[in-house]
Amino acid sequence: MKVQGTILNPGEAEGPTLILTEPLSFWGAFDPRTGAIVDTHHAQCGTRLGGHILLLPETRGSGGTPGGIAEAVRRGTGPLGIILITPDINLAVGAAVATRLYGRDCPVIAVAADDYAALLQARRLRISSDGQVSDEA
Amino acid sequence: MNIDSEDSDLLAGKRGPAMQLAMELVLQAARIMGATRLEPVTFAHLDACFYNGQAHIDFAQFCLDHGATFAVPTWGNNGVVSLTHPELYEGHPDTEMVEGARKLLHLYEALGCKPTWTCAPYHIPGGPKFGDQIVAGESNAVSFYNSVTGARTNKYGDYLDVACALVGKVPYAGLQTDEGRMAQIHLSTDEIPEGWKREDIFYHLLGHHLGRLAGRRVPVVSGLPKAATVDNLKAVSTAVASSGGVELWHGAGVTPDAPTLEKVWRSGETHALTRAHLAEAQAVLSSGRDGPLDVVALGTPHFSATEFRDVVTLLAGRKIRPGLRFIITTSRFVMGYIESKGWAESLRRSGVEVIGDICSYYAPGINPMRGRVMTNAAKWAYYAPGMLPVEVCFGSLRECVESAVRGEVWRDAGLWNALS
Repeated sequence: MKVQGTILNPGEAEGPTLILTEPLSFWGAFDPRTGAIVDTHHAQCGTRLGGHILLLPETRGSGGTPGGIAEAVRRGTGPLGIILITPDINLAVGAAVATRLYGRDCPVIAVAADDYAALLQARRLRISSDGQVSDEA
Repeated sequence: MNIDSEDSDLLAGKRGPAMQLAMELVLQAARIMGATRLEPVTFAHLDACFYNGQAHIDFAQFCLDHGATFAVPTWGNNGVVSLTHPELYEGHPDTEMVEGARKLLHLYEALGCKPTWTCAPYHIPGGPKFGDQIVAGESNAVSFYNSVTGARTNKYGDYLDVACALVGKVPYAGLQTDEGRMAQIHLSTDEIPEGWKREDIFYHLLGHHLGRLAGRRVPVVSGLPKAATVDNLKAVSTAVASSGGVELWHGAGVTPDAPTLEKVWRSGETHALTRAHLAEAQAVLSSGRDGPLDVVALGTPHFSATEFRDVVTLLAGRKIRPGLRFIITTSRFVMGYIESKGWAESLRRSGVEVIGDICSYYAPGINPMRGRVMTNAAKWAYYAPGMLPVEVCFGSLRECVESAVRGEVWRDAGLWNALS
């Protein structure tokens, strides 16, 4: 399976997937020190995002998101890459700043809803620098 | 995307890697927003000075080390710690946070940011005017500037706000454009008694209801009195941006983009505000049970001079109940003003603490904030129960002040009877 996404922030990543069932705010609801979801109202509270390709349909808009994601990338607690449906500027900006400051990729890719549904079936995903997402090693 | 030679130079790194990164971030945002050109701005209010870990410091330090400079007058949001009240942090266990938050404010000041450290920059003279293209990031400031001032900004998150201020341009999209500012949903307030529209709490409850109704759309409200004050409009602006993702709302005949309803509204979804909606908003925001109080917390967003004047008038020289904390947060600018008017001294004598630079809701220095807290701020009442170990009672400014004097939640029967 190969899907062409829109690059919000470029980069390469490969790893096991983690699917979020609800939108997440990366400020307040997420602790960059541990990489865990800390919002008790979130269905996946306690889940750690580190070491995964994160799939989430959309974020909860927060101006604090870029700092949350950049700090997580700095600490190595953040996701390896992010795939979503609704483009999110804050995630893209936070990931771009982290790449520039710390030299670590965190690609952010937007895909069509039906492609997103297909990607949910994969256990592992690879994001390549041209914005392609695939489940092939 | 067409960019001019100046922007091309920035992108090519001719003014250093920090200005290059800023230009890259602005263009990255422009692509995602679908903008085809950039628009010059005249002012910026930054949110990135609100400490959120080492990455925030590293970013500001990177800008400073590489000679980045702001292209426009740039003011700063409140910090996580207060520089006006350092004694609040003596012995604070999280020294990394306290030192980091202080350092971040100093870094932005060194970069050329005016040390306003306030979430209500619109109370300080010299800011943007109607029709100005600007940059803002803090949700209530975005909402107030767009709606009450009539300046134009999208909500620019952390780093992007700084990048736009450094470049002096924003993507020309969304609320920067005429079309993006048209209302998409209409709420009539004709069913609400005129007397209730003179109450300060009406505007907080209206804002809460409006935010839930509108979500991320631009709403227009009709039937608001021309006598609505700036503090009233600030209350709506703040509440809509908390319960919803509203970045611009119009008050027909009241806010500057909307001299008439027709100017911002063509047709579409229309709703009527009822007394039941206001009662429901009150029930949601006042999530705690009325009873003995531990804290009264006001100033989210930062109090204006007129709001202080109202508190002084309502207190009428009375002292607050011993053992209770009555905290009001504001900007150092407004602090200076109320000092000069003698109101600060009057508040001190009554037992009220006025603190600058920080928010009473997310402020580790004035924690532990626990127990039963009363506030007149919809934003405080909306967010605090999820983030602090508190029970929140929501009330009018008069109810908050009377309750502080009595030491327990007092309800204004006349106010609520008129609503039922």
